[in-house]
Amino acid sequence: MFARGLKRKSAEDGEDVEGGLAGTQATPSYSLQRQSLLDMSLVKLQLCHMLVEPNLCRSVLIANTVRQIQEEMTQDGTWRVVAPQAAGRAPLDRLVSTEILCRSVREQEGERPAPDVGDGRMPGLVPGLSAVPSAQALRSPQSSLWEVDSSRENRGGFQKSLDQIFETLESKTPGSVEELFSDVDSSYYDLDAVLTGMVGSTQSGHGSGLQAFTSAATPPPGSSCRSDLGELDHAVEILVET
Amino acid sequence: MAGAGGGGCPAGGNDLQWCFSQVKGAVDEDVAEADIISTVEFNYSGDLLATGDKGGRVVIFQREQENKSRPHSRGEYNVYSTFQSHEPEFDYLKSLEIEEKINKIRWLPQQNAAHFLLSTNDKTIKLWKISERDKRAEGYNLKDEDGRLRDPFRITALRVPILKPMDLMVEASPRRIFANAHTYHINSISVNSDHETYLSADDLRINLWHLEITDRSFNIVDIKPVNMEELTEVITAAEFHPHQCNVFVYSSSKGTIRLCDMRSSALCDRHAKFFEEPEDPSSRSFFSEIISSISDVKFSHSGRYMMTRDYLSVKVWDLNMESRPVETHQVHEYLRSKLCSLYENDCIFDKFECCWSGSDSAIMTGSYNNFFRMFDRTTRRDVTLEASRENSKPRASLKPRKVCTGGKRKKDEISVDSLDFNKKILHTAWHPAENIIAVAATNNLYIFQDKVN
Repeated sequence: MFARGLKRKSAEDGEDVEGGLAGTQATPSYSLQRQSLLDMSLVKLQLCHMLVEPNLCRSVLIANTVRQIQEEMTQDGTWRVVAPQAAGRAPLDRLVSTEILCRSVREQEGERPAPDVGDGRMPGLVPGLSAVPSAQALRSPQSSLWEVDSSRENRGGFQKSLDQIFETLESKTPGSVEELFSDVDSSYYDLDAVLTGMVGSTQSGHGSGLQAFTSAATPPPGSSCRSDLGELDHAVEILVET
Repeated sequence: MAGAGGGGCPAGGNDLQWCFSQVKGAVDEDVAEADIISTVEFNYSGDLLATGDKGGRVVIFQREQENKSRPHSRGEYNVYSTFQSHEPEFDYLKSLEIEEKINKIRWLPQQNAAHFLLSTNDKTIKLWKISERDKRAEGYNLKDEDGRLRDPFRITALRVPILKPMDLMVEASPRRIFANAHTYHINSISVNSDHETYLSADDLRINLWHLEITDRSFNIVDIKPVNMEELTEVITAAEFHPHQCNVFVYSSSKGTIRLCDMRSSALCDRHAKFFEEPEDPSSRSFFSEIISSISDVKFSHSGRYMMTRDYLSVKVWDLNMESRPVETHQVHEYLRSKLCSLYENDCIFDKFECCWSGSDSAIMTGSYNNFFRMFDRTTRRDVTLEASRENSKPRASLKPRKVCTGGKRKKDEISVDSLDFNKKILHTAWHPAENIIAVAATNNLYIFQDKVN
């Protein structure tokens, strides 16, 4: 990983320099590091132990970090400034959350892209952006996953939790990270159960967490991910949502 | 050492030569998770030393009486009592485990022959009574020596049972269980100077209890926002003032400390004093808030100062000055350039504790690689020492350690990249009257003493 901390750019110095928030022009290396920090933070927020309550202090600190990064990226309009050569990089290697935050405000207000998962095409995006599955595209396979299992109405709660995460990521307003904490007491754990059930082992590096998520977006036969959760979890889900 | 008074010990830190005294715990390289020590605390006299571990057990060590034939050897600590304080529980409503890990132990001042302590996990606080039994009664009328009931019709004479000595037995029994008062994880407990009440703090609330009453507690601080989406700050530690029973402090994840006076109102959401050091804009980074989060707050024995521990430093505050600390001591500043890696491997969230020496002249806190740091407030000198089995010959002096931050590494120095971040010293304790320290290194407890001249 980084031998040094994430630092603010000063002049044209390509080296890393301590920093963050006060609007100097972000160089590609700083942007990349900041992006990586953001990705790492989002993964940390989502990957928690399934059985033990997540540490609230840690979650709050990470969420505040995400908020800071979002604010700074909003201020220097970074998502518009991605260099052309970066756009050619393998889209599927990038984390989904990256693209969500990099999407322009115009894009978010405009028409929703077609849910093409995995084929890399992203109609309507600002030219120059890497094309990856959008949050909404990702959500559709999730929904269809649940629709396969539609006999269980209680899935609504899970969908709501996941939707909240993605709405947060897509939202126009900076500081929408607060939504990550809505209903933190109950739906937070539901989300954990969903993600753990779907992603399987989640302890690997920051890249593979959500990448596995992306690949899991193609619906598996039947409701295999649902069946991974025990009967007890199912019963508790019903209890928690009532 | 009978008669050592509170003000009698010399300054700590470099004026003393610290020596190895004892180490407790398994030598095995493979550390069982349950054996990891999670709290260390001396009692008020220093004769008892309690540790709690992740497995929910409490082990109490007692200091042996001085051996008259070896006047220069200090009393050693040996196991006095071991008991299971907390068991793992399952919250069926949330489908979550409640860990049995002991987060904190706090002793009550001794009032009779028995000893009392409070131990807590994430959700439940228990009051334990530890008592000795060295006599037993013999000659009961209604039962035999082996306990079987005698047939009442066969009893023709009465006798008075007599007390006979027996091997010392130390019993621990739970006297009170204070449960169901915390939605979030308890991080602190603190006994009040009135010896009747105590506080317990979780991430968002602080409750006041009476030691005799378990079915209710008073909520004295509540920082939970109406909308959890607006949550940006949590409570990280809390402590009662050592002498003023109406005053307590609590620290936050944003590096602030609030001092509250319970006389002003029932709910102490409005602080009487607010301590925060203004941020240095030149060192601002995305990690600034995380490293400013306070992991421990401790009043000095005098009650005039308090000390806070954040990720990279220890700060001493004068209670009369809210604008900035009076002292700042760097614990491991060489980690500042490694914050991104430490964020990635979660070490940046490690919660280090800190403690005062009995006379408040020195402070101590832990670091990585089984290093711990001592700062002498009088001489302004500091030293880095290591808790390791290699330095564990009886009365062997501890050699100061040094971390090399860059450039040429001198002999005996260790480079930052070679530090073992899995060997962290989070919990340390200083004897209330003497220069004896207890240092918890994962599953081992080290006891060091100063060299007697």
